[in-house]
Amino acid sequence: MANYTMRVFRGEGGGGEYISYPVDVDEGQVVLDVIHTIQATVAPDLAVRWNCKAGKCGSCSAEVNGKPRLMCMTRMNLFDPAEGPITIAPMKTFPLIKDLVTDVSFNYEIAKTIPAFSPRPPGPDGTHRMMQEDIDRGQEFRKCIECFLCQDVCHVIRDHPENKPNFAGPRFFVRLAELDMHPLDTVDRLELARKDAGIGYCNITKCCTEVCPEDIHITDNAIIPLKERVADRYYDPLRWIGRKLKGK
Amino acid sequence: MAEFEEHDYDVIVIGAGGAGLRAAIEASASGARTALICKSLLGKAHTVMAEGGIAAALGNVYPEDNWQVHFRDTMRGGKMLNNWRMAQLHAQEAPARVLELENWGALFDRTQDGRILQRDFGGHRYARLAHVGDRTGLEMIRTLQQHAVHNGIDVYMECTIQRLLKDGDRIAGAVGYWRESGKLVLFNTKAVVLATGGVGKAFQITSNSWEYTGDGHSLAYSAGADLIDMECVQFHPTGMVWPPSVRGILVTEGVRGDGGTLKNSNDEQFMFNYITPYFAAETADNIDEAERWYDDKRNNRRTPNLLPRDEVARAINTEVKAGRGSPHGGVFLDIASRRTPEYIRRRLPSMYHQFKQLADVDITAVPMEVGPTMHYIMGGIRVDADSAASTVPGLYAAGECAGGMHGANRLGGNSLSDLLVFGRRAGISAAEYALGLGTAPSIARGEANASADEMLGYFDRRDGENPYTIQKELQDTMHSLVGIIRTKSELDEARSKVAEYAGRTKNAGVEGHRQYNPGWHLAMDLKSMLTVSEAIARAAEMRQESRGGHTRDDFPDPDPEWGKVNVVVRQGRDGDMQLVKEPLPQMPAELQALFEEAH
Repeated sequence: MANYTMRVFRGEGGGGEYISYPVDVDEGQVVLDVIHTIQATVAPDLAVRWNCKAGKCGSCSAEVNGKPRLMCMTRMNLFDPAEGPITIAPMKTFPLIKDLVTDVSFNYEIAKTIPAFSPRPPGPDGTHRMMQEDIDRGQEFRKCIECFLCQDVCHVIRDHPENKPNFAGPRFFVRLAELDMHPLDTVDRLELARKDAGIGYCNITKCCTEVCPEDIHITDNAIIPLKERVADRYYDPLRWIGRKLKGK
Repeated sequence: MAEFEEHDYDVIVIGAGGAGLRAAIEASASGARTALICKSLLGKAHTVMAEGGIAAALGNVYPEDNWQVHFRDTMRGGKMLNNWRMAQLHAQEAPARVLELENWGALFDRTQDGRILQRDFGGHRYARLAHVGDRTGLEMIRTLQQHAVHNGIDVYMECTIQRLLKDGDRIAGAVGYWRESGKLVLFNTKAVVLATGGVGKAFQITSNSWEYTGDGHSLAYSAGADLIDMECVQFHPTGMVWPPSVRGILVTEGVRGDGGTLKNSNDEQFMFNYITPYFAAETADNIDEAERWYDDKRNNRRTPNLLPRDEVARAINTEVKAGRGSPHGGVFLDIASRRTPEYIRRRLPSMYHQFKQLADVDITAVPMEVGPTMHYIMGGIRVDADSAASTVPGLYAAGECAGGMHGANRLGGNSLSDLLVFGRRAGISAAEYALGLGTAPSIARGEANASADEMLGYFDRRDGENPYTIQKELQDTMHSLVGIIRTKSELDEARSKVAEYAGRTKNAGVEGHRQYNPGWHLAMDLKSMLTVSEAIARAAEMRQESRGGHTRDDFPDPDPEWGKVNVVVRQGRDGDMQLVKEPLPQMPAELQALFEEAH
C-alpha cells in the first residue's frame, strides 16, 4: 500500500477547481480504481464515466498529469508519490458537464454525417468472399474504441474550437479510411473527406497516434493515405485542368 | 406535481447493446417511431466487452455443422432446461444474422478461401464462432451502431428508466431521468422492448460493468411480468485473479479454444479428472486424444478444457479449495508453452494487451492465473419464443434480460447470436403490436408522479446512509452466500440480509445535486439489484437439485423431476414476491429424436 495525493478537477459548466484527496493505493490499482475509492468514501457525487474497466469501451478518458489517457489502463505505479500529487482533469477539447465528464456529442454528430457502408452485391452463393490480407488494415481501424482521446489531443480543435464545424478529427479520418479501404464498399467519400471533414487542416503532427490506446497508426495508416487519395483527385494538375475544361 | 420532459413513440427500446440496437433497427425499419434509450453513451454497452465470437452453424470450417447440431449442443449445454423453441429458432437463424452483420460492414476474420472463419469454443461440437480476434463484441456493437444512426432512430444517451407505466393490463409508458441533468423524462409509448442485459453488479467478483444492475428484470417484475430460471447464474471459469483491482475481468474462452489448457499447481491438466458421465461420450479422456482433436475433430473427442462453463468453473473451484491453486487463488491457464508468440498475439490481441498492461504478465511467455467470475444470468423475463413477448401486453424482452434460451447454463458464443436473433424478433413483434393498436394507451399520471417522488426522495435524506456502503455489503452477501456452490442455510441467510438492505436503501441519502450525480444514480440502481438478488436467492433455495449454473451442496445431483419445471417468479397482489413451479414447454418428437441418436 502506498499513499498518494490525487488532485481531481471538481466543477461544472463554466468553472471549477482542483481538490486534493489523500488516498491509500493497493498493489496493481489503476487511476480509475482510485477515483472510485474517492467516490465511495468521501465524494459520492464525483462525476466520472466508465464501463468495462478493461480498456475495451473507451468511456473513462481523462487527462492524467496533462496526458490524455484511459484511467482504467493507467497503473498507479507509473507515478512516484514522492514526486507530488497526480492531477486528473477532464478532456479539454469537449465542453465540461461536471467534474471528469465532458459533452462528447460533437463526435456523435459527425458520425451521422458519414454516409453509410453500402456493399456490392454478394456472390452467387449469397455470401461475400474477402481475403484476410485485404481486410487486415480495415480491422486495425475497427479496433477503435471511440475513447475520443485522439480528438481531445488534436490541436486543430483543441486550441481552435472555431474549427469544429469544419473538421471531423482523427477518429473520423480513421472511419473514412476504413470505409475507403473496405473491399465491399461502393460509396465515394473523398469529397466529404476533403470538404466537410477538412482533412487538409491536419498537418500530421502525430499527436493522435501517440495517445491511441489501441495503437492504431492513425497518422501513417489512415490520415496520410487519405490525404494522398484526396490530393491525387483534387490537386493533380492534369485532373485540375480537365475539370476546368469541363467547367466543373 | 413533478415536471417531466415528455416524448411520444410507438416503440421504445431500453438498452443499447446488441439486442437493443438490433431491436431498434428492426422496429424502425417496420415503420414504428422508435426510441433507443441507454444508460451509457452509445456504443459502450456491455456487448462491447464480448470477446470470443458469435456462434452460428455457418459450416465454413466444418461443412457437417448445421442447425440441428447447434441446437443439440445448446440444449445439452443448458442441461435441457432451455425453452426448446428458442434454442431451435436461435440455431436456425444465427447464420443469417451473422451474414447480415457482414452486409452492414463488419469485418470478420477469414478462412483461406475468403469466407468467415470460425473458432472452437466450449460445448460446441464444431468450430462455430464467427469472430474478430478476441474483440468480436466491439465489432458487433460498432456495426449495429453505425447501421442504426442512418435509420431514423432517436437515441437517448445517458438516460435511465426507473419504472414502466401501464394502462390497465397493457404497457403505456416509462419514466426515468437524464443522468447529465438529473431532469425527469416521461415516454408515452405503445410498446417497450427491454434489452438491459444482466445483473452482475449485485456480485462482488464479476466481469460485468456498472450498468449491469438488473434494471430490465426489475422493471418487468414490477410491471407484473413473469421471470424464470433466476437461480441459473453463470460463473465464467476464467476471470483474472490478480492484481486485486482487476479481479473478475474476463479472460476469453477463446484462449482454450485456440489451444490453452488449465493446470493446477502440480502442473496437472486437472480437467481430465472432472469429466461427468453426461459428457463422457463426447469428451477425450486422455491427453493424446485431446491434442489430436484440435486438428482432427472427426476422429477424436473434444478436450475437457472445453467442457461447458458450469463444469469448468466448478472444477476450478474444487481445485483451489483442495489446495492445488495458483499463488493468487486461481489456477493456471497456459497457452504460452503451447502456441507461438505470433499466433497468440494475432488470435488474442486484447488478452495480450490486458495482461501486459494490468498485471505485468506476458501471456506469450508465462501462464495466466484465472478463476471463476460472475458473468451472466441465464434466468430472466419469461417470453414467447417466436415473438419475444412477455406476459404483459406490449412488453417484449431480448438478450440477457430474457430467460429460457440458455436453460441452466449458456454456451460461450451463444449470447451474441441470441442478441441478434431475438433482438430482431422483439423489434418486429413490438412494432407490429404498436402499429396494430386501435387506440393509444394513456399513462396513469399518479404512477408517474409516485415514481418521481421516489427518485427525488433521496435528496430529502442528506444524512441517510451512503448507497455505496449498502452495495458493497450486498455484493459480499451474494458472492459468499449465493455463489457457485449453494446450500439452504446460506440461501436463507442471504434472503434475510437482502431484505435488510432493502429496508436500509429506502432510507439511503445522497449528497450534492441532481446533475451527473453517481451516488444518486447508484441509490436508484440498488432497487433493481435488490429485486433480482431476492429472486436469485429464493429461486436457488427452491430448486432442490444441482443443474447447470445452479449447484447445491445439499442436493449435489440433478433430479429428473426438477428437470421438468421452471421456477417462476412474479409479484403477488400484495406486492410480495411469489415463486411457483411450472412445467417446461414440451419438445416435439422430431426434435427429441436428435438427443436419442448416438453422438
